Amino acid sequence: MELLNPGVGLLVWTLLAFLVVFFLLKSFAWKPILASLKERETGIADAIASADKVKAEMAALKNENEAMMAKAREERAVMIKEAKETADKMVSDAKDKAKSEYDRIVAEAQTAITQQKNAALTDVKNQVGALVIEVAEKVLNRELSNRGDQENYIKQLAEGVKLN
Amino acid sequence: MGMASKSIKTLLVAVFSIFLLLFSANSFASDAPAGGAEKHEASSFDPAKLIMEHIMDAHEFHFATIGEKHISIPLPVILYSPERGLTMFNYSKFNHGHDVYEGYKSEEGHIVAVNAAGEHDTTVTVYDMSLTRNVVQMFIALILLCVLMIGVANKYKRNGAKVAPSGFQNAVEPVITFVRDEVGKPNLGHAYEKFMPYLLTVFFFILINNLMGLIPGSANVTGNIAFTIVLGVISFFVILFSTNRHFWAHIFNPPVPGFVKPILVPVEFLGIFTKPFALIVRLFANMVAGHIVITCFVMLIFIFGAMSKVAGWGFAPVSMAFTIFIYFIEILVAFIQAFIFTNLTAVFIGQSMEGAHHDEAHH
Repeated sequence: MELLNPGVGLLVWTLLAFLVVFFLLKSFAWKPILASLKERETGIADAIASADKVKAEMAALKNENEAMMAKAREERAVMIKEAKETADKMVSDAKDKAKSEYDRIVAEAQTAITQQKNAALTDVKNQVGALVIEVAEKVLNRELSNRGDQENYIKQLAEGVKLN
Repeated sequence: MGMASKSIKTLLVAVFSIFLLLFSANSFASDAPAGGAEKHEASSFDPAKLIMEHIMDAHEFHFATIGEKHISIPLPVILYSPERGLTMFNYSKFNHGHDVYEGYKSEEGHIVAVNAAGEHDTTVTVYDMSLTRNVVQMFIALILLCVLMIGVANKYKRNGAKVAPSGFQNAVEPVITFVRDEVGKPNLGHAYEKFMPYLLTVFFFILINNLMGLIPGSANVTGNIAFTIVLGVISFFVILFSTNRHFWAHIFNPPVPGFVKPILVPVEFLGIFTKPFALIVRLFANMVAGHIVITCFVMLIFIFGAMSKVAGWGFAPVSMAFTIFIYFIEILVAFIQAFIFTNLTAVFIGQSMEGAHHDEAHH
């Protein structure tokens, strides 16, 4: 059948045309196009990969920051607590010290007062004794004639005693 | 894999075509008894001859014949004969087959050598290397393909890989990535890059010639057996050159019981040839069938017209509707056949490289 009978001319020209077109397109079309497509695809893949990496890094950084913040907060709480404790201790210490000092001063003062009182009493006693002796001397020295005179005299003497 | 869905599509196309053919045959049959005048007109109007003229190669682009005047573009004739040497002239010198020129004449489009008496000289062998309408149209299509593709490639070079594609580049890119990702990668695995230029060339080579062949008045390049033979033989050699040890071991020593081997080895060996043969016939038959169906529908108008003018005019819209429908299917087929040829070539190359896997061998 005519339809199934290949023409030799068309066979040769088709073969020639295919080979020419193949080598032309291979070097001038397919190579640059496929290279560009590949470059673009790897570029996109790389971009996505690096974006994911950056995202992961950001997340890690954020976690780290949060951990740091939490730690700082904890530390601050501890520090405040410690400071408060120290302050309280200082105040109570100062109070204790002040009280003991006060107690000491009071005790010393009391001791001193007692001593001075005792000294004064001793002194008074001594002076009274001396006075009594002096008065008695004077009285004895005078004649014990008149009772009234004696009494006046004693009065006179007593007035002369200056209790200090 | 996309293979299955494409096979379903081709099946659908086939079913639609058959359905329409039956439909038209029915209408033809019902009208036939009324058209007794058909036989009288047959001498002046021969649809089969016209269809064949449309499908076959020719030495001119013939558009119309008005009365005795032919509206056509005659093409260059290149003849080589071992006895007479190389001869070149324009086909118009034959004066539409009426004249003898430089010892040759055109018999129904075939150029034969003639002797001094003007009769067919069978002693002279003639190789017709003419730039026939198929050759010329193929050249035009391929120049267009090269210009378009190299233009696109230059755009990639100019803009670099980072710029989004635009214009025609945008139309071509998905097709190229489709051939790469759906044809190359699944069938050829890691070796796909080596075969991409060949697969892309085959795909676009067939596609542009399929599409150019759909232009009314153009030649039926991809529906010519010579064209598909060349592509099939190239595929055959590409498949053959990519074979490995496993492939040949599988053919000459298939893993079957010894007594089956005498049957299976010739079958497997024949398989090497039947694969490209199937490619050749599939593309040829699909394209030629599409052209025949379209021309048939157009011819129907004139067949009815020959019976009666009213029938002719009446059937024209119906015929046109079918023609337009088939035309759309043919556009689909143009892409599908280019894809199937490329995909099956890739499948066969993949088989010849693997060898170990046999399950997908027979389609």
